[in-house]
Amino acid sequence: MTKTRYFPGCSLKDTARSFETSARSVMERLQRPLVELERWNCCGTVYSLTADDLMHHVASIRNLIRAQEEGADELVVLCAMCYNTLTRVARRVGADREALDKINAFMNLEPDYAGGVTVRHVLQVLRDEIGWDRLASEAEGMLDGIPVAGYYGCTLLRPKEIAIDDPERPTVMTDALEAVGAEPVRFPFAAECCGSYQTVDRRDLSLERSYRILRAARRAGAEVVATACPLCQHNLEDARRQLGERDGIGSLTIVYFTELLAAALGAPPERLPETLAARLAARAPTEGER
Amino acid sequence: MPDPTMTQIYIMGKAYDVPAGVTIMDAMEYAGYRFVRGAGCRSGFCGACGTVYRKAGEYRLEFALACQEMVQPGMHLTQLPFTPAPRAAYALGELDPTENVLLQYYPEIARCVACNTCTKACPQDIEVMDYIQAALRGDLARVAELSFDCIQCGLCAMRCPADIKHYHLAQMARRLHGVSGSPIPAHLTARRAEIEAGAYDAELDALMTLDLDALKARYAAREIEKENEEGS
Repeated sequence: MTKTRYFPGCSLKDTARSFETSARSVMERLQRPLVELERWNCCGTVYSLTADDLMHHVASIRNLIRAQEEGADELVVLCAMCYNTLTRVARRVGADREALDKINAFMNLEPDYAGGVTVRHVLQVLRDEIGWDRLASEAEGMLDGIPVAGYYGCTLLRPKEIAIDDPERPTVMTDALEAVGAEPVRFPFAAECCGSYQTVDRRDLSLERSYRILRAARRAGAEVVATACPLCQHNLEDARRQLGERDGIGSLTIVYFTELLAAALGAPPERLPETLAARLAARAPTEGER
Repeated sequence: MPDPTMTQIYIMGKAYDVPAGVTIMDAMEYAGYRFVRGAGCRSGFCGACGTVYRKAGEYRLEFALACQEMVQPGMHLTQLPFTPAPRAAYALGELDPTENVLLQYYPEIARCVACNTCTKACPQDIEVMDYIQAALRGDLARVAELSFDCIQCGLCAMRCPADIKHYHLAQMARRLHGVSGSPIPAHLTARRAEIEAGAYDAELDALMTLDLDALKARYAAREIEKENEEGS
């Protein structure tokens, strides 16, 4: 029997709180509550590609040890960046005993990491464990017919060894949203990079990339763009606000996929982002139409 | 035959015979060191006497307060009584605790790789790395709670490979949590009102006009709790 724990990550406690609160309400409704690790630290933020740079894997391993300490063999993650970093480090030390021994020896005050924790994304749990039928059975019609583009960015899909779905033609996010009534919009920029951390000192780059993503979603007929990463959400929303006049991208609503799921499962408007609540209210049939 | 009441230690690499079973601070004074700085309360509260030592035969450096840790045979040690770490300047009342102000004033915390070296350096056994991680996610209450026993010795900052100023950040978090995150005690509000209404002005004015000898006499005659007095 799998024992599972949930790893939030720093952004979900700070700038992206609604990503977590909406996911919590959805998973509670589905009777698969997110039980947070009692103790955790930053995931490591970015997986270090330098072969002998084990120091930057310490943060991830420490979190896997925390899961191990609570007797968990599965760590469920919501933030796409954390998913990427934790998964890749878990895979690296799983395939490289020498690296794991070195990291364990460095962390001499911790119990050794034994290598038995699997990292999974919430979308994988929804698809592989709960299933679309079950998700559909909980929907209350709020999203019916709303055209939604699922935007994945990089970290859920690359490298392909850790992809939660087909890295070229991902559908898992819109499959989930379609199950609760939304109309999935296919668009060719679903797995393009939003500009990521370039927003810090080359904001022009992230704005341009994010603008192209939103333009493609808009041209494909989307009214809503769903995201799964606090940094993607930030960059897309930044472009929508700054360049909203171009190609009508200002009319898009950009929210976390969990916020859409929460809305579909009947979350009250005051618990939704204002832009989403307003869009849903505008779509709601008047008395006469019912 | 060696004297069992004495033991040999190494202070900054030089061997000294000092009485067995005394604190590092007492041993250093016995060896002839006179503290102008690096000693304060001598009771483990002020954090002025941070010390790094290594036990005989060990490879690991350990950290303690000189006034609290006992000497051991063959111990190597030196004091690190001060850390020249910069401290952020801020006006507490003007900060918005809903934003992650800790990250704004101490952005180097984003460099934490969770190596835990700070925690290993803490003579107070505080989970230092855990509170830096709480700071990263803006959890003021958790930083305040975990860092409560900090005595500002600075050894965490001295050891940190990311140059984080843990102890200064923790103090800022406790202050912020104090003014925004914890309940305001009624007795404090009442006392402040008393002071603002001038309840103590006359007494203070009287003190301010006393001459030096009279002040000294008042000081010498002040009431002090006796040691071991019940409730002290």
